[in-house]
Amino acid sequence: MRKILKYSFFDLIRSRWSIVYFLFYFISGMILLYLSNDVSKAIVSLMNITFILTPLIGTIFGIMNYYNSREFIELLLAQPLQRKKLFMGLYLGISLSLSLSLILGMGLPFIFYGIAFSGAIKSLLTLLLSGVFLTFIFTALSFYIALINENRLKGFGMAILFWLFMVFIYDGIFLLLLLFLQSYPIEKFAIILSLLNPVDLSRILIMLELDVSALMGYTGAVFNRFFGTGAGMLISISALLSWTIIPVFLIIRKSDRKDF
Amino acid sequence: MIEIKEIRKSYGKLEVLKGFDFSLSKGKITAVLGPNGSGKTTLIKSILGLVIPSDGEILINGRLIKNDWLYRNKIGYLPQIARFPDNLKVREILRLIEEVRNEKGDYDDLIDQFDLKDFLNKKLRLLSGGTRQKVNIVLTFMFDCPLYILDEPTAGLDPIALIRLKELILRKREEGMTFLITTHIMSLVEELADELIFLLEGQIYFKGTFDQMLKAQKEENLERAIANILEKENEEDSEI
Repeated sequence: MRKILKYSFFDLIRSRWSIVYFLFYFISGMILLYLSNDVSKAIVSLMNITFILTPLIGTIFGIMNYYNSREFIELLLAQPLQRKKLFMGLYLGISLSLSLSLILGMGLPFIFYGIAFSGAIKSLLTLLLSGVFLTFIFTALSFYIALINENRLKGFGMAILFWLFMVFIYDGIFLLLLLFLQSYPIEKFAIILSLLNPVDLSRILIMLELDVSALMGYTGAVFNRFFGTGAGMLISISALLSWTIIPVFLIIRKSDRKDF
Repeated sequence: MIEIKEIRKSYGKLEVLKGFDFSLSKGKITAVLGPNGSGKTTLIKSILGLVIPSDGEILINGRLIKNDWLYRNKIGYLPQIARFPDNLKVREILRLIEEVRNEKGDYDDLIDQFDLKDFLNKKLRLLSGGTRQKVNIVLTFMFDCPLYILDEPTAGLDPIALIRLKELILRKREEGMTFLITTHIMSLVEELADELIFLLEGQIYFKGTFDQMLKAQKEENLERAIANILEKENEEDSEI
């Protein structure tokens, strides 16, 4: 697995897109920090960018990388190599190279700005952690979608729809439900709904860390009241972990049975 | 070397391999022929473990390959389409395959023969299709394997590379290696193959030597013989 991971990682990190992706975060981070001069505000703005962009880039890279290396995967499958190790190597190669672009792109501006030793470092680390989670989750999901769809157009469409649903549509439905059901005690229901969306989970994680109640929104507040900050963070991190592990497990299972 | 028993494969309702037996003899070059969709690729992929047969057994050196993966270090596979990660260099892809197989590849001569010296430090995405196919050939033949499986090996090769490839195959046969080749190029079959397997709609229609094939079809060359079979088949279909 390590051998495949190493090569997949080096292949991707040298690609133009990784550099563009890095520069995008780097430039946005610099602009937001130096224009607002307020670390918390910059983190919230970066969060809003991150929660749309990392899932999108994870989705696109996951699906494109699989379809583009279809023939190379066949070549590797014909080598004395376990399928499980091959696919884990490819998946981790993509996720790690994207995570590296994200961490460097977002981390460097803050280091230049000089918060490395201030209290805001914890908020930044939480933001980076959730960005890395979202990268791993959406790359795994799109990799799985690519595995189950031989038809590239269908696979691509499905992956993009999934991203659209999780990032935008889900919140709309959520809000409508809250509106219609407002006369019922729906706090537990709301908690379950947000556990089912990794983007919401990451948002809650950061809001709990930043402790800005005005920005917490309904679920953030419910989470805070129900579990308190510490337990709330623990729960959202474990939910994010399951969101990572389950698709990875699905990839392994599917790749083991698939005809290439 | 390879024994195949009652192999079947269906994709949904489509039955691609309909249950047949055959074995490959050691040190021979066997060509698998057949029209598009006759099951050639599925057969090859089943032997390589890329496709999991619905039924039947495949044995390599007397061992079942099902749920095994290590047996593939005895096989050199040359795929039809050569595509590699864009940003890796030729040298790096050679090293990757060496690492995957845990074996030192013997490629210096091959690099010379196929004129790849100037490309070793170039990124794979900058290479032309034919050059990539040459890299593919080096990747396949840099290890000594008792069995080589070549899928349309001549696609995109220039005449010199083609001659070198044929020489290479014949030399390896002299050394006792076994070959399974699919191709649509009949002159290649005539030049290289010791045995033919002709697949038609998932069944073996003919198996034997080149001369036997010509005799059976009462034709003088392979192309005509095969056209003959296909025309006969079409007539039968239209009668039904």
